[in-house]
Amino acid sequence: MFSFKKLAGVAAIAAAGLVLSACSGPSADNSNSSASSPAPAAPSSGGPLKVAVVTHGSAGDAFWNVVKNGAQQAGKDLNVGVDYYSDGDPGNQAKLIDNAVAQKVGGLVVSMANPQALQTSIQNAVKAGIPVVTINSGEDSSAAFGAIAHVGQSEGLAGQGAGQRLKAAGKTKLLCVIHEAGNIGQNQRCDGAKQTFGNVTTLQVDISNPTDAQSRIRGALQSDPSIDAVLALNSQVAARAVSAAKEANSKAQVATFDLNADVVAAIKDGSILFAVDQQQYEQGYLPIVFLKLYKENGNTIGGGHPVQTGPGFVDKTNIDTVAPYAQRGTR
Amino acid sequence: MTAAIQAQPDERVAKKSLTDRLVVRPEIGALLGAVLVFVFFSVVTGQFLSPLGVATWLDDSSTLGIMAVVVALLMVGGEFDLSAGVMTASTSLVTAILATQAGWNVWLALLVSLAFALGVGAFNGWLVMKTGLPSFIVTLGSFLALQGLNLGVTRLITNTVQVSGMRSTSGYESAGGLFASTFDIGGTEFQSSIIWWIVVTAIAAWLLVRTRFGNWIFAVGGSQVSARSVGVPVVRTKILLFMGTALGAWLVGSINILRFASVQANQGIGLEFQYIIAAVIGGCLLTGGFGSAVGAAIGALIFGMARQGIVFAQWNSDWFMLFLGIMLLAAVLVNNAFRRRAERVRR
Repeated sequence: MFSFKKLAGVAAIAAAGLVLSACSGPSADNSNSSASSPAPAAPSSGGPLKVAVVTHGSAGDAFWNVVKNGAQQAGKDLNVGVDYYSDGDPGNQAKLIDNAVAQKVGGLVVSMANPQALQTSIQNAVKAGIPVVTINSGEDSSAAFGAIAHVGQSEGLAGQGAGQRLKAAGKTKLLCVIHEAGNIGQNQRCDGAKQTFGNVTTLQVDISNPTDAQSRIRGALQSDPSIDAVLALNSQVAARAVSAAKEANSKAQVATFDLNADVVAAIKDGSILFAVDQQQYEQGYLPIVFLKLYKENGNTIGGGHPVQTGPGFVDKTNIDTVAPYAQRGTR
Repeated sequence: MTAAIQAQPDERVAKKSLTDRLVVRPEIGALLGAVLVFVFFSVVTGQFLSPLGVATWLDDSSTLGIMAVVVALLMVGGEFDLSAGVMTASTSLVTAILATQAGWNVWLALLVSLAFALGVGAFNGWLVMKTGLPSFIVTLGSFLALQGLNLGVTRLITNTVQVSGMRSTSGYESAGGLFASTFDIGGTEFQSSIIWWIVVTAIAAWLLVRTRFGNWIFAVGGSQVSARSVGVPVVRTKILLFMGTALGAWLVGSINILRFASVQANQGIGLEFQYIIAAVIGGCLLTGGFGSAVGAAIGALIFGMARQGIVFAQWNSDWFMLFLGIMLLAAVLVNNAFRRRAERVRR
């Protein structure tokens, strides 16, 4: 609550701002200076655990909505307070993490599309004794930053799996559609597909402008009729790619990462070959479980290796099982 | 006012009372808005006023504030720069690519990216003055062009969309010490970008109200034709202003790349409007010829306080943008009400 004492405190801070007491620059890399894991916290007391989830998804993204649903459901099931925040700009994401640390949350869940940018903020959280679980991307940096676990899908492996399946389906030329210019995981997926498939071209589209995405894919298919497969990296783009292939009268078949209701329907009617499902609901749900176990029982999970939520493949054979879950926003 | 006839000073240079002098300042409305936002979040949230909380929202305001101030100068000069947001990423990318891919010393890379920024700024200004097209259109073009360059060049050289690995380049620690260090007040770490913000604001404010160049800025923004006819070097002034926003973008880009040690090809897009909003909250007119550097800094402070305050308040993040929009609108309205009053005083 507001008080004069606090005001005086702020005034003091402002005054002190003019007199720098101690100044420290950022530290350079000293090869392997990995942060040590924090000691397990003492048994928590007073009120339920509060966890902040800070992701790099843009607001309103279908994929991240499922992650959010997972985290919130876990919060309900386990009596944990869950606050979800997201910002696609790594600098802003770092500030959201700082903000959560300032709020003294009991646990932190972070997706690291850009690990280096978040390094300082995450290490500060670890220093402040807040257990961190990283999700979705940045598995290589997770342990080094002092996180207690990583939950996600290795992008390269998933891309390789998708490439293999497309090759097995007899495809010869693949268009890989990247929809977030700054996301390193998407490049890793396309590179993975390239390793197992061979002939791959990439196309940049803007996820926040679906009309433009569709017309760009259409243009790519029209200008190169030899393309017989399109790999979309998220379900919204997949739906656009299906429409684009129809409009361009292209023989290209679409495969995609991630599920949503449109993709389910398209797999049922055969216009999408398969979906690589990384079961992101688990990426929202499990970290809350892990943090609760860590807080209340000192448990860790994964033995220093990422907990893999994928790749699972959804195609005509198992679509009927998965469909109702996708309908309700949990697959 | 004395009614004495002898040595009666011209009423235009007469001494006004303190309140009258305060109320006509463009930044006074922003200041009131800032106090409102500050008090609101201090009351509503628990951690907004904690040292760490203060560090968070000052940090958020600082890089926005640096840009808001230089953009405010440009807007007082009657122009826009829509490429300012993407420029912060372009300069980061130039620095990062030279340092990590070509193995240059960071300081040298910073110099080259500075030259690049000033070049683009000068080109923007030259094109606006040469063609007579609105700067809104010209800089929209350079905004899109830079966006494409950012992605294209980055992928071409690195085969990926992020440039990282700054921490292991030569000169990183010394450059980082200048641009991205932290200072410690009572056990809480504050980002040095806050100091940069204060320094840039002070320089810009001095430039605007204490120098001949500042008069030129007001003159070209108020009326280009009149300014030219009284001998103000219009072209030079405007080109320098565009170079000023580019310089600010270089500073912010350098702070970012050295602090976060990596940069994404899609960074900075959309920020240009935040700079303009912050400057407008701070009392700048979209039509030019009126505004203040200190006001723009306060506008950025409002933006940063609202952005982080919403998070501290733990409101549902789905509505985040709505809250932010309403907050900013409220700040502008307060500001506007004040300006009306100020105009009455002025007469």
